[in-house]
Amino acid sequence: MKLVTAIIKPFKLDDVKAALEAYGVRGLTVTEASGYGRQRGHTEVYRGAEYNVDLIPKMRVEVVCEDEDAADIIDVVVKAAQTGKIGDGKVWSVPLETVVRVRTGERGPDAL
Amino acid sequence: MNTGDTAWVLASSALVLLMTPGLALFYGGMTRAKSVLNMLMMCWTCIGVVSVLWVLYGYSLAFSTDAGGGLIGDLTAAGLRFDLEALSGTIPVLAFAAFQLMFAIITAALISGAVADRAKFGAWVVFVGVWATLVYFPVAHWVFFFDDGNGGWIGDRLGALDFAGGTAVHVNAGAAALALALVLGRRVGWPKEQMRPHNLPIVLLGAGLLWFGWFGFNAGSAVAANGLAATAFMDTQVATAAAALSWILVEKLRNGHATTLGLASGAIAGLVAITPAAGSVEPLGAIAIGAIAGAVCAYAISLKYRLRYDDSLDVVGVHLVGGAVGALLIGFFATEAVTGGANGLFYGGGLTQLGLQAVAVAAVGAYSFVLTYVIGKVIDWTMGFRIHEEDEVQGIDVVAHAETAYDLDAAHSGGFAGAIRRVEVPKKVDA
Repeated sequence: MKLVTAIIKPFKLDDVKAALEAYGVRGLTVTEASGYGRQRGHTEVYRGAEYNVDLIPKMRVEVVCEDEDAADIIDVVVKAAQTGKIGDGKVWSVPLETVVRVRTGERGPDAL
Repeated sequence: MNTGDTAWVLASSALVLLMTPGLALFYGGMTRAKSVLNMLMMCWTCIGVVSVLWVLYGYSLAFSTDAGGGLIGDLTAAGLRFDLEALSGTIPVLAFAAFQLMFAIITAALISGAVADRAKFGAWVVFVGVWATLVYFPVAHWVFFFDDGNGGWIGDRLGALDFAGGTAVHVNAGAAALALALVLGRRVGWPKEQMRPHNLPIVLLGAGLLWFGWFGFNAGSAVAANGLAATAFMDTQVATAAAALSWILVEKLRNGHATTLGLASGAIAGLVAITPAAGSVEPLGAIAIGAIAGAVCAYAISLKYRLRYDDSLDVVGVHLVGGAVGALLIGFFATEAVTGGANGLFYGGGLTQLGLQAVAVAAVGAYSFVLTYVIGKVIDWTMGFRIHEEDEVQGIDVVAHAETAYDLDAAHSGGFAGAIRRVEVPKKVDA
């Protein structure tokens, strides 16, 4: 199994969710995240004093899937989240050792 | 007794009281989320401390018969034991005493913005009582007590004009704020660490309440429901409007954006500047005073970065500078049509009035700065004025008041914690 993690622009969350659903993904986890890549942050001004805001709000979308689906899911997310402008985010996947469904105790692919 | 005057002064008193909770929100929104409750507490406790002292002896020191030299009142009115018929002008003495009480409260509260995030709460409460006694009550006597030439030395004897407290309230609080900021020192991390306002909507709400209450402050200072009150009312409105516009214009030119905090700050700068002048100028003069004050204060707030004093919420830049600007501009814009006597430079009055205004600003500013510095140092030496550095970093709200303002993090709110505690966790088996 694989864990696919995507860092995306917050306003792209609905598009990514819809695309994953259309592909057949039945569950995902979303958390608010903040960070920066090449985009860096922005500057705010309060009473004439400038503040550099480095960390930009992002969404982290996590999907657990079977090995053979990971490449497709990554493509689906990239396509849905892409605007072509700087700050679109990153997607990566890592191997996953164990998954357990808490309600039933099922393990492995059956738990997905 | 004039019932119209009495009704207006009573209503004005309530308006002026509302300014202190308004100020608490104005300041509170500008602090970081971890110290907003302490900011609210510092403002609100002034209502408690000053109100009690006012009845005991404060009103008497400020407004009872002069005890000599126009410096302070005697104690014959201590306890406020007047009979129902006792009058001050055309209104009951207690109506006048209630109105003036609200001024004493907010003047002390104004200082708190300079020491945000780091003042020991107990030390602050003691400071408020001592400061009101040694600084505000005498200065109010100097500026506000009139007794046919035997009143306070600045207002009644010298003839400097201060309609509603540009010197007695704003220069006074601003100079005290500077002194106290120096006594307490800079916040941990200032000015390197970012200390953004945590809630601008409540800053705007607070500024709105201040603006609303300020009609009582200025128009109420006519102590009558008459044409002078109406002039002060209109002057207050247009000076504030002009100052808000001129502050955001400076911002747009200097930083590229007009900001909500700038608009609110400009409005307060305009209210401060028109406070001494509302009973001396026409609406056109009020527009000029507001526009000048908004621009001057927009630049004055940057001084702290150059001079390296941590006046956290810009009490000096807005109140000391704004109050001085307003008090001095009376020397230019005062008109006989409103004052009933004195004229400023632009109305053919020469430089006389300007000179008197300068004396009033310098005397109040210097007295307040020196006394406040001494009071602050003595409190610092005896009980300590500043919280521990570790507590300051954690946030004064939790440390001083055992509360946090916002419950934004679900994992730390009551909801989850109770459930988690009921789960039985199996012990790890040793190999």
